[in-house]
Amino acid sequence: MSRAPRTLYEKIWDSHVVERAEDGTCLLYIDRHLVHEVTSPQAFEGLRLAGRPVRRPDLTLAVADHNLPTTKRVDANGMRLPIADPESAGQLAALEANVAEFGVPYLDADAAEQGIVHVVGPEQGFTLPGTILVCGDSHTAAHGALGALAFGIGTSEVEHVLATQSLQLKPSKTMEVRVDGSLGFGVSPKDLILFIIGRIGAGGGTGHVIEYRGEAFAAMSVEGRLTIANMSIEAGARSGLFAPDDKTFAYLKGRPMAPHGEEWERAVAAWRDLATDAGARFDRSIRFDAREVAPIVSWGTSPEDVAPITASVPEPDSFADPERRAAARKALAYMGLVAGQKLQDVAVEHIFIGSCTNSRIEDLRAAADVMRGRKVSASIRQALVVPGSGLVKRQAEAEGLDRIFTEAGFDWREPGCSMCLAMNPDKVPPQGRCASTSNRNFVGRQGPGARTHLLSPAMAAAAAVTGRLADVRELIRS
Amino acid sequence: MKAVTRIQGRAIPFGRRNVDTDVIIGAGHLKTITRIGLGRHAFETVRAEPGNVFDDPAFAGAPILIAGDNFGCGSSREHAAWALADMGIEAVIAPGFSDIFAGNAFRNGIAAIVLPQRAVDRLLVVAADHMLTVDLHIMTVASPAGDLYHFEMDAFRRECLMAGHDEIALTLAREPAIRAYELRTGT
Repeated sequence: MSRAPRTLYEKIWDSHVVERAEDGTCLLYIDRHLVHEVTSPQAFEGLRLAGRPVRRPDLTLAVADHNLPTTKRVDANGMRLPIADPESAGQLAALEANVAEFGVPYLDADAAEQGIVHVVGPEQGFTLPGTILVCGDSHTAAHGALGALAFGIGTSEVEHVLATQSLQLKPSKTMEVRVDGSLGFGVSPKDLILFIIGRIGAGGGTGHVIEYRGEAFAAMSVEGRLTIANMSIEAGARSGLFAPDDKTFAYLKGRPMAPHGEEWERAVAAWRDLATDAGARFDRSIRFDAREVAPIVSWGTSPEDVAPITASVPEPDSFADPERRAAARKALAYMGLVAGQKLQDVAVEHIFIGSCTNSRIEDLRAAADVMRGRKVSASIRQALVVPGSGLVKRQAEAEGLDRIFTEAGFDWREPGCSMCLAMNPDKVPPQGRCASTSNRNFVGRQGPGARTHLLSPAMAAAAAVTGRLADVRELIRS
Repeated sequence: MKAVTRIQGRAIPFGRRNVDTDVIIGAGHLKTITRIGLGRHAFETVRAEPGNVFDDPAFAGAPILIAGDNFGCGSSREHAAWALADMGIEAVIAPGFSDIFAGNAFRNGIAAIVLPQRAVDRLLVVAADHMLTVDLHIMTVASPAGDLYHFEMDAFRRECLMAGHDEIALTLAREPAIRAYELRTGT
């Protein structure tokens, strides 16, 4: 049977349609549901009030990440230490009570497998190509790196999925982001995604699902792709996709929740069909060459406010759009920056290496490579490395990365969302300036009044060494 | 959910673009395990600015908010929609919304209404002195100054808003189809 060529997105969508209404709204089956403590309590409460069970606990996985302090979790006897903030403790207790009541599989806060939900999913093989995966968290887009159609949902939808294992949705438009050529020396996937967001804007991908295509993405590791897909939402796209390939299969093979044996062979054979057909049309397409991309830092309060590290803080009047000019003026005032100031002259006092964007083993290796034999500048008040999961932490320790960081003057912490979002004790103080590998430089994101500069793990390490925003290429060359 | 068909009253002329859900409700207020009471914490960083529209007595209790493009971007936190609902907001008018926020708004009885930037710019001016009327039946925003703008809205969402449907109950009625899908795909 011949049919019109389809994009990867359309293939995954079509294979999950339970029912299609006349107006195009589809009841879509959801294969995988990740649950965390912040966006789930009201959903479980809703189920309880309506007397509804969780329809498929076996397709659901819960883990706490946002609230957990990143300091020591257990005492010398292995007993759990209490969380000082009563509200955070309450939210963790609510999650633990809810998973027990509804029979949802849970990675315990003290378990080695605990970590940031978007690090844990791929790491456990819970995230699989061709599946639809949701979580009450916008960075769910990350899982698209493995060829899963993955998107963030609100709490009402969390409750809907818990109750029905499905969602009522209309298809998104498709956008191709094609990058050929290879990334230059010292340029990482984080720089590339910040560059892309700068190009298409913080709302440029709204209503679209992005598929990342071309040589630069084909050459990229699965962990690099996770960084890229993760930040699709910062361009407004609800989801980002990579066609699964041999790198994806090698990454997943042997993961605890991935298929095994004959089932694995059958799965890989099916996954090989998960690619956009030749001749399939995207609603939008943008293309550029990877050689255009330099190490990037953000200067404002939206992830679209980015510039190469070699540039200066832009003049608000240089923007054509009057709304953008006004936003840039406000952003510079909040950030305490002056137009025309060289980005490399901007001093920082806080360094954060972590978050669901950049807390995997390759991220830690990249930062450690810069720190090896160097010290955190005396002008830095706080420098944190927060591994994305207990397993990442264990791996890093086996490689001796923890010693490189601690000898340099970094704090080596327990896994969690940490300083990305000011929900736990790791915060940037008012007017404090942080070089951060996280994903959002919003007003107050890292704490009230905090000033965030988004950058890659290697660039964060360069900032730690120099005490200012710095071009990592100058440090790793020397 | 409460049915919404017509919203009439003052409209807060906010107008800012790329307003993220961290601005609508800061992370410090996400530790709640209920949906109520978030309104007083909404827009805290904006309210710290002297002369901000949210603290202007003329707009106290206003049911409509006028915002700039890409409203509700960033985090998927439904707390943003809960906070707006708790403030008494029943409609947000903007040139564009983040996908996740727009869905969250509808599920909490808030109409996310998309109008072109020029119309929004005009309403930001009109709202200083006039009430606005949003009518979901005929899909219009009108002012007593003679403004009348038509908007489009997804039919399913509009029907859910106007009928106050429980979306989960609607889907649970499709249980045989969901079960059939699971059997067919071996899920």
